[in-house]
Amino acid sequence: MDIKVRVWRQSGPTAGGKMVTYDVKGISPDASFLEMIDVLNETLILNGDDPIAFDHDCREGICGACSMVINGVAHGPEKATTTCQLHMRKFKDGDVIDVEPWRAAAFPVIKDLVVDRSAFDKIIQAGGYITAPTGTAPDAHATPVPKKDADAAFEAATCIGCGACVAACPNGSSMLFTAAKIAHLGLMPQGQPERDSRVIDMLQAQDDAGFGGCTNAGECTTVCPKGIPLSLIGRLNSDYRKAISKR
Amino acid sequence: MVANEFWAEGEPVVDKAAPDGPVETRWERRKFSAKLVNPANRRKLTVIVVGTGLAGGSAAATLAEAGYKVKSYCYQDSPRRAHSIAAQGGINAAKNYRNDGDSVYRLFYDTVKGGDFRARESNVYRLAQVSVNIIDQCVAQGVPFAREYGGLLDNRSFGGTQVSRTFYARGQTGQQLLLGAYQAMERQIGLGNIEMNARHEMLELIIVDGKARGIVVRDMVTGEITTEFADAVVLASGGYGNVFFLSTNAKGCNVTASWRAHRKGALFANPCYTQIHPTCIPESGSHQSKLTLMSESLRNDGRVWVPKRAEDCQKPAGEIAEEDRDYYLERIYPSFGNLVPRDIASRAAKNVCDEGRGVGPGGLGVYLDFADAIKRLGRKAVEAKYGNLFEMYERITGEDPYETPMRIYPAVHYTMGGLWVDYDLQSTIPGLFVVGEANFSDHGANRLGASALMQGLADGYFVLPNTISNYLAAGPFPAVSETDAPVVEARKEVEDRIARFLSIDGDRTVDSFHRELGQIMWEYCGMERTEEGLTKAVGLIRALKEEFWTRVKVPGKGEELNQNLEKAGRVADFLELGELMCIDALHRRESCGGHFRAESQTSDGEALRHDDEFSYAAAWEYFGADGKPTLHKEDLNFEYVHPSTRSYK
Repeated sequence: MDIKVRVWRQSGPTAGGKMVTYDVKGISPDASFLEMIDVLNETLILNGDDPIAFDHDCREGICGACSMVINGVAHGPEKATTTCQLHMRKFKDGDVIDVEPWRAAAFPVIKDLVVDRSAFDKIIQAGGYITAPTGTAPDAHATPVPKKDADAAFEAATCIGCGACVAACPNGSSMLFTAAKIAHLGLMPQGQPERDSRVIDMLQAQDDAGFGGCTNAGECTTVCPKGIPLSLIGRLNSDYRKAISKR
Repeated sequence: MVANEFWAEGEPVVDKAAPDGPVETRWERRKFSAKLVNPANRRKLTVIVVGTGLAGGSAAATLAEAGYKVKSYCYQDSPRRAHSIAAQGGINAAKNYRNDGDSVYRLFYDTVKGGDFRARESNVYRLAQVSVNIIDQCVAQGVPFAREYGGLLDNRSFGGTQVSRTFYARGQTGQQLLLGAYQAMERQIGLGNIEMNARHEMLELIIVDGKARGIVVRDMVTGEITTEFADAVVLASGGYGNVFFLSTNAKGCNVTASWRAHRKGALFANPCYTQIHPTCIPESGSHQSKLTLMSESLRNDGRVWVPKRAEDCQKPAGEIAEEDRDYYLERIYPSFGNLVPRDIASRAAKNVCDEGRGVGPGGLGVYLDFADAIKRLGRKAVEAKYGNLFEMYERITGEDPYETPMRIYPAVHYTMGGLWVDYDLQSTIPGLFVVGEANFSDHGANRLGASALMQGLADGYFVLPNTISNYLAAGPFPAVSETDAPVVEARKEVEDRIARFLSIDGDRTVDSFHRELGQIMWEYCGMERTEEGLTKAVGLIRALKEEFWTRVKVPGKGEELNQNLEKAGRVADFLELGELMCIDALHRRESCGGHFRAESQTSDGEALRHDDEFSYAAAWEYFGADGKPTLHKEDLNFEYVHPSTRSYK
């Protein structure tokens, strides 16, 4: 199939950017979206142009590196699918496809479609863990965990930290990301001792990192490739109120 | 004799840290004999850790918790994205929670046998011992393992074993274990005990006075080259499956950290041992950039077949009558059927495709058919078991596996070889330690399912922190300065190499060379290897390497984010590694585990080991002045598990 892509090109963090249009001809519908960009890049290199920089790694939808806003939607048109798992058969011959980076105050552009998401790591540093230094653990069966809690914790823990939720949010909020970690750890008995400090510290860290506030717009969960539900934000707010009231 | 043409033979290599005495007490005694560093002195010692996967992440966190100063590096934008994250199936541990006869000894036995008797007994026994601590540690961190209704941990069974010892978190065990290690790491970063350097790539090892004392790194955002110093360096940089271009590895996985250390004197062991996984989604065209694994569990209910006649291969599967189908695994291996181990299933698929009976584009695929399972169990039951995998398959191929059989083909998945290490996980360069897939230590010639995660975490959480102290006890070592000759030299090597890549300005892209190298490796050093093919491959790779250094085109500058420059460095190293892999495969005139030499098979086409001649680990010294790598053998002794022939018929 023959398509056009309009891609955000920005040579560096402080440079201005613009959309540039490229023709991609004869691309197989079986190619993935990133493979289509690979093919385009090969042509750009041989023509002496600068290839498009983009983040990607596992190309299996699990590492969370890939991050493109496609036709205005974080990760593109297919539900619960990362950019790397999107295939060209979801588009039509002759389509013009817009490709942009995540856009959020806390995720500055480094180059083209590559953004800096280290702010997510800062939120985890603030409390997204259970303190259990190596060697201190009791036998794994010392504390049974009800299956429904373990399953719910797992669902929340499937977050891949891609940042689509932030890119989709009109406020650039990281609330869904933070809520998923709060739920994962807060549902496990091992996570109880730090439950109050965790929620307070992580929320402070996300404010400090420049993420916006949550207004329950719900765009985050719509684009989340792992389907993390909006209800976890409610759970976070409830945890936060309880934690604050104990202070 | 080919030997003289391609390699030289040197002195045997000996594991001086190897303990003796009864196997079950060796680790305890090594821990006791290892020198310790008192807590007040640990903060004066710095350790560099390259890589943040299960091995590197767990090592960095644990060393920092112990009080050492840690500097950590990864090429990804966050330590959480290391490729351990993609592991699906599970992690083995000899907990015997099922009361089904499992024990440390049985896990040890299964792993030595599964590795086709090409691993060290002492190391494997230790791995089995610490496996139980790993599960405890991960549970304490909040890893949400699958549980039963009583709240206790669930287990499943995996290939090559008769017990249920695999702990899992749905199909995302690697992700959950890695997040556990990552979170422990982030806690230490927050406390200031780990200096984290994401988007930084190690490009050279710095050796001062014979000891590993630092690395040269490139900031992948600004292109700045810096030298980083420490009292010891730990490589946790993963495997080298991407030498094949197409593999199940992440796109960024590379051998550069290991290879740079190898060039500086670290021996590289058993490079030809490659695991090729039978159930991956086949290539769909020339745009293909990587391959995706479909869980091995599918072979529990799917039946593998191809048409009996080559002329039927173009027909839709549904139009091929039952009697015209060849369920070749069930035919050749009646007792194990579709559940034969990975190496056997992969080679059988290759054989039927070589006969012209493969299906799908290019004839490189076999069917994995669920029609019988759907008939027997109902669509709902199949959906409950494999729904997410079927969905993934449909997303990638656009075909509905409930209606038409899946097409699968083997793909490179894991590499058992790696830098040679002693029992302490120290390489042949003092102060350079190697953990996880990057070392060669525990899997022999073939890794069992769910054992990669076990080894990565065993090395990082429990083994390295206890052995590295023996080395660090002699430190802190004299300060290293930017102006020391070896530092200046290492830095210059990196800068010159980058300048050279950028100056060639040829007419071929980096990827085009990588793809071509991959095709050579797959054709001649893949599932079946011959003396003739390997000899040819060495010539082809040498020619390709020469062409690379004259025709490659790397756009842009060094002082910016430049993904093609990154790739160029990695491919240049893969070109050298590929040659060594072929030479290793050439020298090993036997078939074992992931290494099948066509000349060494039984009358019915099964792998034939030659224990009298090849019961050793092949540790290679970097190509010397005469251009030949030098082979150093480490003899393997089996005191407990006696070598026997694997049979699955």
